[in-house]
Amino acid sequence: MPVLDLKRKLSILADAAKYDASCASSGTSKRDSRGGKGVGSTEGMGICHAYAPDGRCISLLKILLTNYCIYDCAYCVNRVSSNVKRARFSVDEVVNLTLDFYKRNYIEGLFLSSGIIRDADYTMEAMVRVARDLRQVHDFRGYIHLKLIPEASQDLADEAGRWADRLSINVELPRDESLKALAPEKDAGVIKRAMGGVRLGIDAAGEKGRRAKPTAFAPAGQSTQMIVGADAASDGEILARSESLYGAYRLRRVYYSAFSPIPDAPGRLPPMRPPLMREHRLYQADWLMRFYGFAREEIVGPAENLELGMDPKLAWALKHRGDFPVDVNVAERETLLRTPGLGVKSVDKMIALRRLKRLALHDVGKLCRRIESVRPFIVASDWSPGGLTDSAGLARSLTPAPQQLELF
Amino acid sequence: MPVVRLDSEVDFAGWRTAARSLRAQGVTPDDTLWTVDGEGDLFAPPLEAAAATGPAFTAPREFLALAQAVVLHRSDDRFALLYRLLWRLAQTPHLLQLTTDPDVARARDFAKAVERAAHKMKAFVRFRKVDEAPGEMETFAAWFEPAHRVTERTAPFFARRYANMRFSILTPDACAHWDGDALSFTPGADPADAPADDALEEFWRTYYASIFNPARLKVGAMTKEMPKRYWRNLPEASLIPQLIEAAESRSQAMVSAGPSEPNRRIVRAALRASRDAPYDGAAPTDLVELNAQVQACRRCSLWRDATQGVSGEGPRSARLMFVGEQPGDQEDLAGRPFVGPAGQVFDRALAEARVERAETFVTNAVRHFKHELRGKRRLHKTPDAGEVQACRWWLDNERRMVRPRVIVALGATAALAVLGRPTPIGKNRGQALQLSDQGQAVVTYHPSYLLRLPDEDAKAKAYAEFVEDLRFAQRLAA
Repeated sequence: MPVLDLKRKLSILADAAKYDASCASSGTSKRDSRGGKGVGSTEGMGICHAYAPDGRCISLLKILLTNYCIYDCAYCVNRVSSNVKRARFSVDEVVNLTLDFYKRNYIEGLFLSSGIIRDADYTMEAMVRVARDLRQVHDFRGYIHLKLIPEASQDLADEAGRWADRLSINVELPRDESLKALAPEKDAGVIKRAMGGVRLGIDAAGEKGRRAKPTAFAPAGQSTQMIVGADAASDGEILARSESLYGAYRLRRVYYSAFSPIPDAPGRLPPMRPPLMREHRLYQADWLMRFYGFAREEIVGPAENLELGMDPKLAWALKHRGDFPVDVNVAERETLLRTPGLGVKSVDKMIALRRLKRLALHDVGKLCRRIESVRPFIVASDWSPGGLTDSAGLARSLTPAPQQLELF
Repeated sequence: MPVVRLDSEVDFAGWRTAARSLRAQGVTPDDTLWTVDGEGDLFAPPLEAAAATGPAFTAPREFLALAQAVVLHRSDDRFALLYRLLWRLAQTPHLLQLTTDPDVARARDFAKAVERAAHKMKAFVRFRKVDEAPGEMETFAAWFEPAHRVTERTAPFFARRYANMRFSILTPDACAHWDGDALSFTPGADPADAPADDALEEFWRTYYASIFNPARLKVGAMTKEMPKRYWRNLPEASLIPQLIEAAESRSQAMVSAGPSEPNRRIVRAALRASRDAPYDGAAPTDLVELNAQVQACRRCSLWRDATQGVSGEGPRSARLMFVGEQPGDQEDLAGRPFVGPAGQVFDRALAEARVERAETFVTNAVRHFKHELRGKRRLHKTPDAGEVQACRWWLDNERRMVRPRVIVALGATAALAVLGRPTPIGKNRGQALQLSDQGQAVVTYHPSYLLRLPDEDAKAKAYAEFVEDLRFAQRLAA
């Protein structure tokens, strides 16, 4: 087999890693390189060092250690039966590439994942070694995100938590049954148990009242990813799944990744990709559940899908027009958060401002993004929507006009 | 009209001194002209450094923080705007909270733009390596054009991040230098002063092109966060046009290529593996196998939201078996029975009754954690009779393998599972109940019941009875 040069390996193993949506580098403990030997700092807020033309941020060096894999997951470009080019980094190559990129201010740190070679422990051990070398040999204080292999031993998972800022384990598919069909070697139970183990580690590190300071364990928490549109699960099912994951494992984030066609696809998969908008709507609904006080049942029923043509909050408001308009000068924070077009920041600013003066429509206009979409749902000191809230054409006026398909 | 000449574009201290003196003299904002040295009408009378004659005044701390940011904005009227705000603060002390006032909104917009420019500087500076003298620290330099004059403000960030290397950041406004000990600043420079290339940039471009997914092109989202004004100093940006152009055809090619034939070697191996696999599905023959089968249990729907099935643990030779209700939050995560708060009560009572937990078999009537979500908390929910019935298959298998002399049912759910009929605890505790398989059963409270009792006296009484029941069961099994 010809020996691949480093650049070729990088292109293969970055290409193989791009189907992981997460690139976050935020929310970890604060630290910097002063008083140390190496480089690196994390100051709470993540930094996106570049953006690719797919609109995704590039914050971390996101690569696989290897894309050789003994598993045969239909949705994955690296499955054993796929004909893609294969490559494998050595531990030192990953360590040096991370440091070289970091010193040039290209990245915030490393996101390392891997295909499974030989067995889960063998692979996980190599990934942990990368993180350990970065931290111990090079005193690297930047961000590290490690993907855990669910089948790997608890000891390795625990050590990974010592070096990494974030750990993640992908649940992959919203339905356990489809995981069985599309990823025969994976086991939903094993995945859940591994996530449970991570939560126990994080809980133990955060325990109060201990005399000795507990060793840090994944200070940026754990996250997971679900592929949307590779099986028949409805949006309602997907969100119910997320809700139960957030509750059981205290996840920081559930990432939704619209299934995207992969090179060398097997026949078990849907031939078409789902609209990217579906992924976007799922994120919006996820946010409504976590930050806006909506219960899942209010947003979408178990077998229903979210509307693609409008955001879930607007869809909810149009179904509950009786609750509107709300008076921005007196309404509770919870009520304002449920008003279409008003975000958490706008609402908090309005509440601060209305202690000093009565809000007029132009005040609201300056504090929100588009007053046109808010206007029908609010009352201000100089504004009342009259019949607008209940007008039949409201939905149409607030959503983009449908486009006629191009004729050949 | 007084003209104020400031020392530099970012001379906040000069502005502050002048503004203090002007306001003390009662000079209105409309009558003042602000320039930076070397600009403006040179013949206008310069401001007299008059001592403050008017009454002393204060400005809110928030205003100072805001002004320090606004001064860095590239707009020409920033000094005048700040003085106007200072002037108006005298009449309206809470002016800064009126976020929709035009002056306040403009100043806040300026400050926001400056913060954003500082953030983008942290993101988009690209260092290039400079050959260092032997034995010296690694040395890097960068050329950067910030949207606003944020070099001095942002340099400490780089010093914290790269404390152990030397670097210089050159910009048209000012240059920042770090020598491993301290930051220093020099006047603006020229792009030619920065190194022309770095061997790693080819790797960075390779990475950038490979991490991009052509199946999801969103150019607008990219340029919103990475405005074109930064592109000329980003080594990766030169690739953008060709990546966009090729995206549609690459994505189309993937779709139209259709499903591919799997690797033949792999298919043969898979066929062999499935032919040689053992037949599965019979009742378990030992506890390890039982635990493995519980993980695949679909006899009811509780598995779906639980982490794992929790089987019993203890020696096969145990004379005493404890059956609880179901795993709780902690047990669900750890995969072991009675390790959470109820488990701690249980352990304490066992110790008082002088029962060695390691010599007993501890299990549950139901294997999966039934719960409902309340916010982000998982709250225990009692399993119903159907779920208890579905799960008896596992409990009965454990009973068959362990064959304990005495089974202690902890709580009503366990009593139902062990005895097969609803058995009130209060009426039946403290006595031996005969089981069909020649063993005996004792029913008592569930430890979590002891935790829930609100009344301290009732709690102490129930706990004493619980310990008494454990002693009784221990004697019965001896």
